[in-house]
Amino acid sequence: MTRDDTGERRGPVSLLTIEDVWKDYHGTSVLRGIDLSVEAHEVVCLIGASGSGKSTLLRCVNLLETVDDGAIYLDGAEITDVRVDPDDVRRRMGIVFQAFNLFPHMTVLDNITLAPRKVHGTGRARAEEEARDLLARFGLADKAGAYPDRLSGGQQQRVAIIRALATRPRLMLLDEVTSALDPALVTEVLGIIRELKEGGMTMILTTHEMGFCREIADTVCFLDGGVLLERGTPEQIFTDPREPRTRQFLKSVLDARRL
Amino acid sequence: MSGATRVKSDRQLQRERLRRTRAVRSGTVATVSTIVFLGAAAAVVTRSPGWPRVQDSFFDPEAFARAWPDVLDGFWTNVQIFLIAEPLILLLGLLVALARNLRAPVFFPLRALAVAYTDVFRGVPTLLVILLVGFGVPALNLQGAPRDEVTLGVIALTLAYGAYVAEVFRAGIDSVHPSQRAAARSLGLSHGKTMRYVVLPQAWRRVVPPLLNDFVSLQKDTALVSTIGVIEALRQAQIYAASKFNYTPYLAAALLFVLLTIPMARFTDYLAARSQRRRGQ
Ligand SMILES: Nc1ncnc2c1ncn2[C@@H]1O[C@H](COP(=O)(O)OP(=O)(O)OP(=O)(O)O)[C@@H](O)[C@H]1O
Ligand SMILES: [Mg+2]
Repeated sequence: MTRDDTGERRGPVSLLTIEDVWKDYHGTSVLRGIDLSVEAHEVVCLIGASGSGKSTLLRCVNLLETVDDGAIYLDGAEITDVRVDPDDVRRRMGIVFQAFNLFPHMTVLDNITLAPRKVHGTGRARAEEEARDLLARFGLADKAGAYPDRLSGGQQQRVAIIRALATRPRLMLLDEVTSALDPALVTEVLGIIRELKEGGMTMILTTHEMGFCREIADTVCFLDGGVLLERGTPEQIFTDPREPRTRQFLKSVLDARRL
Repeated sequence: MSGATRVKSDRQLQRERLRRTRAVRSGTVATVSTIVFLGAAAAVVTRSPGWPRVQDSFFDPEAFARAWPDVLDGFWTNVQIFLIAEPLILLLGLLVALARNLRAPVFFPLRALAVAYTDVFRGVPTLLVILLVGFGVPALNLQGAPRDEVTLGVIALTLAYGAYVAEVFRAGIDSVHPSQRAAARSLGLSHGKTMRYVVLPQAWRRVVPPLLNDFVSLQKDTALVSTIGVIEALRQAQIYAASKFNYTPYLAAALLFVLLTIPMARFTDYLAARSQRRRGQ
């Protein structure tokens, strides 16, 4: 905590700071005091067994869930404050889920320009121009007028990511964006994430693709039963994990790969 | 360490306090604005020039007390009609909806009949159906045909509402994604079994709110059977109103209908909110 000139309490200076966050469902805690800070341009990868709380943590950051203790700061301001407008916070983040959740009754272009136009007040012409730029950048220029059900899974997921990008978020949250796709389509979605990293986007992502995680992450966090058990560089986590549980998890993933 | 025994931090306690004060504040705002609104509405009505006359003919406590026992008595007839008609309507509606879903060519006559039935009975005003059944069926002089007005009323309402309910069921069945049907058929389930175990249970949850809405409407429409001579709440109120040229008994009947429909309406809201929550996750 630092204090600014007015003496008002200011939060930490990282882009995102998660401080001792707890989340309970029906009396059991699925997040147990998570501490994590994310710097600008950093890519953080959350790994851990199914049910360890990765999605829940992302949902808390996006304020889709209210935390049961602790606090989360974005750009130094507390977003878990009761008086904060969640819509205002979400406007500054993009989140993409495993299921693409594109709006089936709108074209790709309308899906992408909806939030810029209706939430951020961008004019139609400019919003569409920017959307077309994004589509071209990610190899989907010819799909602007198509409806989602005419796209392959990989294309749909790329559109979902572009839709989240169109509002120029400070932070992108990606929750297992490749697990609903078959391997051939995974590569194209991972390509988009790689490009985002090169563009300097700050991201938190969860994935079961350990190879990709190792390649893309600046920081890898291992969650186990709602506890952030270990955090380090990909190099350290994947070659020399400190915690026995981490080692066990990575071994089980490797074993599964060999099958 | 488990969630239940965890000690909350000061930050969390303060947050919860703040949440409570905000809840109290919005509760207060809601109460105050409701009182102000109702007060203003009452002031406008009671200050209108015609109010004394309206008060005499619609809000006469004496007339209310005199008519109340008989109107209430008549109202039980409405409740009975409603309770008997409701399951019959559900059954008829479901059968018609299922008949419309039969695809095999042998069932063509059945399907055509179902289509004709919904087309006709959704098009004819309920009041007309009641009059036609109420006076038409006894006039046929058929052996064993019912002559009792309540029974005829139930039959007429069942026919009229069955057509609506069949359409509600059909919409519900159609709203279940085709992939569900395909999945069930791929497991070797027959058309009937697919309907019974996979499609209908999913459709059912979606049709409950619109069905309840139709039933609220049915509760009110039981008053229409007064036209074929059933002495129910509306008819009783009419009798009193005519003898004293005072409309207060109608108010008594209206009050009873409202008291019956409000719980139903809240129950519908509750179910709708619950399915909303389920889908939200
Ligand atoms: N809405 C909810 N109600 C009750 N329990 C929930 C709810 N959402 C999640 N949980 C529970 O919280 C725990 C963490 O779930 P979460 O979805 O965060 O896991 P995850 O790490 O994302 O798993 P996966 O890798 O399978 O996606 C699980 O035990 C889950 O059952
Ligand atoms: Mg998850």
